Amino acid sequence: MLHAYANPARFLKIARPLTPMLIWTGIAFAAFGAWAGLTQTPPDYLQGETVRILYLHVPAAWLGMGGWSGIAIGSIAYLVWRHPLASLSARACAVPGALFAAICLVTGSIWGRPTWGTWWQWDGRLTSMLLLFFVYLAYIALSRADAQRGGDGRIPALFGLAGTVLLPIIRYSVVWWNTLHQGQSLTLTKSTIDNAILWPLPFTLVGFTLLFAGIVLMRMRAMLAAGKVEARMRRMAAA
Amino acid sequence: MNQWSFVIAAYAVTIAGAVGITLHSWQTMRRAERAAEKLSRR
Repeated sequence: MLHAYANPARFLKIARPLTPMLIWTGIAFAAFGAWAGLTQTPPDYLQGETVRILYLHVPAAWLGMGGWSGIAIGSIAYLVWRHPLASLSARACAVPGALFAAICLVTGSIWGRPTWGTWWQWDGRLTSMLLLFFVYLAYIALSRADAQRGGDGRIPALFGLAGTVLLPIIRYSVVWWNTLHQGQSLTLTKSTIDNAILWPLPFTLVGFTLLFAGIVLMRMRAMLAAGKVEARMRRMAAA
Repeated sequence: MNQWSFVIAAYAVTIAGAVGITLHSWQTMRRAERAAEKLSRR
């Protein structure tokens, strides 16, 4: 099935109607979740109003890490099956992934000031997330240089795979090192946050994830079209 | 500083980032697809 969708024409046939659907549904979910988080939930007994940063910080962290998972999956698919669309999907995840990693760091810092009394601490979770952001920047520079030099995309794909080592470090940093960032308050099966505060979070999580997927599709479509123009220009120049 | 100032700052950063990248990606896609379309019509 994966091979069938690796065909650019078939991919575009699906991506064209899917892009606006993902974008608008994502905006609707994220906007509702953000509005509900601002107006429909009580302040936390300890953190007060600043707990509302949760509804943006958690999706940003999820997508910062999810973006790199996308790069890793695309890289594996490219290295194993050599599908150019797999390499394209990995490259398309990089800029939005880096942006959400940056949003996670900034919103975390803004949240940290009133909660911990500091904007920044060289704590396991914060430092590993900052490292992921720098690794994103390195991947973006590497994949652009590779594309400009007409490379086959193998080096960025290997880099994409190597960077995956950061994901479990970020995930378990709060377990391995007992520093400023609180331990895990949310897992797939349980939460230490009261439902009265928690309920808008799934809306922002789903909303930003759909938006991210729409952005990745738009970036893939742009890369495919740019590649088409370049190939055509080369043919015209050669003729 | 008032607690709401931190909340508003976090929301502003996220909205600006999300809207910015969505518009930029859409513009880049439209420009590239138009250029490809124009070239294929030649």
